[in-house]
Amino acid sequence: MTNLRQNKARTAIGAVLAGIALAFGPAHAPAQAAGNPVTGQALYQAKCGGCHSLDANRIGPAHRGVVGRRIATAPGFAYSLAIKKLPGVWTAALLDKWLQGPQKLAPGSKMFLTIPDADQRADIVAYLVANASSAPARKAK
Amino acid sequence: MTDLIDTNPQTRRALFRSAGVVAAGIGMAGIATPLLAGAGKTTKKSTTMSSDVSVMQGALALEHEGIAAYRIAGGSGLLSKGVLDVALVFLGHHQGHRDSLAKLIAAAGGKPVEPKTDDEYIKELNIASLKSEGDVIKFAAGLEQGATNAYVGQLAAIKDHQLAHLFGQLGTDEAVHWAILNNAAGGTIQKAAYLFG
Ligand code: HEC
Repeated sequence: MTNLRQNKARTAIGAVLAGIALAFGPAHAPAQAAGNPVTGQALYQAKCGGCHSLDANRIGPAHRGVVGRRIATAPGFAYSLAIKKLPGVWTAALLDKWLQGPQKLAPGSKMFLTIPDADQRADIVAYLVANASSAPARKAK
Repeated sequence: MTDLIDTNPQTRRALFRSAGVVAAGIGMAGIATPLLAGAGKTTKKSTTMSSDVSVMQGALALEHEGIAAYRIAGGSGLLSKGVLDVALVFLGHHQGHRDSLAKLIAAAGGKPVEPKTDDEYIKELNIASLKSEGDVIKFAAGLEQGATNAYVGQLAAIKDHQLAHLFGQLGTDEAVHWAILNNAAGGTIQKAAYLFG
């Protein structure tokens, strides 16, 4: 009985882990501890929400789908030359680096905010990863 | 003053009203004169200043957005008188912030960023979705929290000490707005130290 329950629990946990693994996708560097996207959402609202939203360009560009997107390509946002010069696509690892110092990654960028705490960065990045689908929530407007 | 302590939890409006009275009383006295006096000393253009100007432009854009949010939500008819009075005090603070930032940017040789249109703000902030006074208060609290964190989170990037002082002033104004709004919305406060940054 207990065994059965434990097995079930294990399977459930396995499924959850598989789900998380899927959500994070295969491309992300394992160097980073996986963050918690739920904590990340609250942190995102508190610390990024002054300038960013998922679905609107405000002081900073819209973030839905940013993971896997070419850098500086949110439609309709006027980026600095500094960030437009960065090659490649946003990955979780690169976002972690960005949040440690956008001016180090792209000197002259229009973003200056840093998140010194590694766990907070991991949670925020996990939230962005969880919203990596670029399908815009048009209805949610 | 003691009214500010929420001894009577069912009268959030009363809390708002007393906060409003106090705010109105102190309001105009301390507007950042020292900062603007200091502005003259930092007009020297340099590469250092240019990154500070860029930080200020972002801050100014944030203040423009906040002003529009308060103005539009304030005109929505959703707010009762006591709440509206406080909202207008906060709006005035944001206008003071805007004016300081715009002056400093101009003094450093920059062109202060202009506000967007109301239509743009309404869309970007999803203002049409606000249906009640409670919605507006929560929405404003969110903006103030974001603004506080934006100021605190950019401090380390600022080169000029006087500007850092101003950012401290700006951020703490927003923190007070947040605290009052969060309390009015019945929000909780985290147990651990460091609410921002
Ligand atoms: C004070 C305003 C401000 C805050 C707060 C802020 N950002 Fe930004 N962010 C910007 C601006 C402005 C840009 C555009 C940078 C440029 O053009 O150089 C930007 C750009 C970005 C980009 C690049 C997006 C792209 O399309 O390439 C990412 C990613 C980003 N921010 C993440 C964050 C996260 C995560 C937070 C919260 C931890 C945050 N930002 C907080 C203003 C801000």
